[in-house]
Amino acid sequence: MKFETAAPPHAVPVRGVPQIMRRVLLALVPAAAAYTWFFGFGLLINFVIAALAALVTEAAILKLRRRPTRRALRDCSALVTAALLAFALPPLLPWWIPALGGFVGIALAKQLYGGLGKNLFNPAMVAYVLLLVSFPIQMTQWVPPRMGDIDYRPLGFVGTLRYSLYEELPPSQSLDALTRATPLDTVKEGLRSQRTFEELRGLSLIGTFGGRGWEWVNNFIALGGLYLLYAGIIRWQIPVAVLAGLLVPAGLLHLLDSSRFPSPAFHLFSGAAMLGAFFIATDPVSAATSDRGRLVYGAGIGVLTYAIRTWGGYPDGLAFAVLLMNAAVPLIDRYTQPRIYGHSAG
Amino acid sequence: MLELTPDRRLTGGLRLLAHKSESTTEPILRGLVPPELILPLHQHGGNPAVPIVDVGREVAKGETVAAAGDMPSAAVHASSSGRVRAIEERLVPTGSRLRRSLCIVIETDGEDRRAAPSEPLGWPESATARIERIAEGGLAGLGGAVFPTAAKLAAVAGRCKALIVNGAECEPYISCDDMLMREAPEEIVAGALLMCDLVGAPVCILVIERDKPRAIEAIGAAARAAGDPRLRLAEVPTIYPAGGERQLVELLTAEEVPSGEFPSAIGYVCQNVGTAFALHRLATRGEPLTSRIVTITGQGVARPRNVEAPIGAPIGWLIEQCGGYRPDVARLIHGGSMMGYALPSDDLPITKATSCIVAAGPGEVRQSFEEWACIRCGDCASACPARLQPQELLVAAGAGDFARLEALGLDDCIECGCCDVVCPSHIVLTERFRAAKRAHAAHVRRLELSAESEERYRRRERRIEDAESRARAAQEALKAKLRADEAARREAIEAAVERARRRKSRNV
Ligand code: SF4
Ligand code: SF4
Repeated sequence: MKFETAAPPHAVPVRGVPQIMRRVLLALVPAAAAYTWFFGFGLLINFVIAALAALVTEAAILKLRRRPTRRALRDCSALVTAALLAFALPPLLPWWIPALGGFVGIALAKQLYGGLGKNLFNPAMVAYVLLLVSFPIQMTQWVPPRMGDIDYRPLGFVGTLRYSLYEELPPSQSLDALTRATPLDTVKEGLRSQRTFEELRGLSLIGTFGGRGWEWVNNFIALGGLYLLYAGIIRWQIPVAVLAGLLVPAGLLHLLDSSRFPSPAFHLFSGAAMLGAFFIATDPVSAATSDRGRLVYGAGIGVLTYAIRTWGGYPDGLAFAVLLMNAAVPLIDRYTQPRIYGHSAG
Repeated sequence: MLELTPDRRLTGGLRLLAHKSESTTEPILRGLVPPELILPLHQHGGNPAVPIVDVGREVAKGETVAAAGDMPSAAVHASSSGRVRAIEERLVPTGSRLRRSLCIVIETDGEDRRAAPSEPLGWPESATARIERIAEGGLAGLGGAVFPTAAKLAAVAGRCKALIVNGAECEPYISCDDMLMREAPEEIVAGALLMCDLVGAPVCILVIERDKPRAIEAIGAAARAAGDPRLRLAEVPTIYPAGGERQLVELLTAEEVPSGEFPSAIGYVCQNVGTAFALHRLATRGEPLTSRIVTITGQGVARPRNVEAPIGAPIGWLIEQCGGYRPDVARLIHGGSMMGYALPSDDLPITKATSCIVAAGPGEVRQSFEEWACIRCGDCASACPARLQPQELLVAAGAGDFARLEALGLDDCIECGCCDVVCPSHIVLTERFRAAKRAHAAHVRRLELSAESEERYRRRERRIEDAESRARAAQEALKAKLRADEAARREAIEAAVERARRRKSRNV
């Protein structure tokens, strides 16, 4: 009898790229729900727009490069980029900003380097930073959380969509009334004008640990991150190192002077700390690959984020920290290779 | 007896879905006599055996039909009685690949008549004689690599820190060692002690994976009954590829076998339980290696089980003994699903290397996938027991960058396939590394050849130069001689003239 031949191993692979990407998206669902609850439908609208732009861009460029498109679209990696970008964007935005973000993320940060797996920088963060420096006004219009005691009437789904598509607000509303600074921004500005962290804690935007609403979103993101750890999609080194890199300097300085340096908990539960630790820094393509390398890479992101938040020009520094460490990855990889079995050290 | 339970973890490795229960429900099927035997003379990495019978000759079971060649080698014996029908080249499965080998083809007579042992029976006294007897007995490692046992034992004799008797079968489908340990634990333990004596090992570690409770129980009981203080029983976690020699040494001793060396380099020797059993048979009954336990399994076979297969039995015939194929059989694998290779047909013999035949159903095996690009997830690196960075090797292999491949430890890849199984981009990594090794070897050969031809060229240049300078020197010498002759002649003339003048002046 004759049989087919094939090279070993014959065992069936355990999983595929689309499955990984879909699980990452799934892990973001609880956080997206919490975000929508507290900050309105902007996240979802921005996600849909960014995702459409990302998919169209990917398809178009692959067509131009004469590469198979269906398969690349099915791998869901463009959707993950769009989702991370949507989490980083303020909820009230004209549609062309997330669209531009989706385009830039895929075209510039991904396809220009050769597509999936080849990019040096995290596409979502490249897009975010580009939008942040190009449109500083729109990109800092955040909304306060929907909480009983905050005097604020949020826009509903239709209202948010109308603003996104036509930049129109209901007659009784003004953009000024709708938008606020983020908790990180508020604290940073407050500290700059010589108020103490203890005083600032009393502000309505600040919650028990971090920003109000934000702490919940961060909790749910961490929950999603734990799921990713459990499912073996990410490993512990990067998240732990990022959080430790943020926590250690924050803790030390807070101990030294608690009035000028916000508590470590505030750092962890505001802004993009959890998203960065579990979802952004862990993007495999742009991260370091060895276990030790991942610790260095993550710690670098944590420390840089803290430094930019504390002494830099932006309230949150995570995106910049990630891009800087992305650039350092080849170097990190080079010096953190594990010793090969059977080779003596050194 | 000391129970040894290593808590050390293997670097890398995988917990794979086991398929062992399918083939372990029935006892080993014994007493099989195939209609034909195809006995390959070259079953391992050593040197081929040399045939000592002619076509037409009647042979008995256990009779030597080919003597061990230059060491390392192992003799080949008839595994049943019959008549030599042909000595011809055939395709045979060996440890790591199919290869062409001269085979002695025997038509069996069904009587399974055993040759009367010609040698004085019993186990010789001296170590050299024992080693010789093992080589004559045709013993080779039955774990899959089939290295001649005599050579392996001789390599550590006298400086062995521990003998590791390997009952860890990490491949998901293979259960031949498990079944043998259940059915013949005393012989295995006795064989292990004989090996210990031979190499002078102070410790003998019997290693069994935790997913084989019945084998652990049987071997444990036999070891306690033997009551030898050298015996240890180590239960190891079921992680692929913990059964590999290098991995076992790491797991048991926390020492690493140096790159490019065998465990014997650091004083360890690993022997498969089947080999220990065979050694015991040889020492106590004078029986050479004529059969081995083979797992016949997979969704494509009707009654998966273990059989005691005569070496040289046709694979297709053995599968018939296990109920034949199921209609949807897709692939025939020699060895396990991780490191085994696909056979093009079942018209091939069982060799000493055949631990398992998987007749796989279509859903059981990897089909050829379309690949995604590497996303640098590092899963392959985490799974790699050699602590390599497969994703980096992939890039270097793609670029044909041999210097980088060497630096990344291509030669330390044990081709275990862990990286392939975990890669979410479904990249065929192991096969690329194998190809890269071949390309590297060819590259090195090319370099050597070009260095050689350069050397040849230089030698020729030098030769020509030498010849030229010799010719020049000769010419110079000749010229000098001519000049000297000329001078002498002139001198002679002058002298004559002078003489004449003087004579003239005297006459004046
Ligand atoms: S096949 Fe080679 S590279 Fe892949 S996991 Fe095994 S040893 Fe590592
Ligand atoms: S497992 Fe596959 S995708 Fe992941 S790093 Fe290794 S080669 Fe790349």
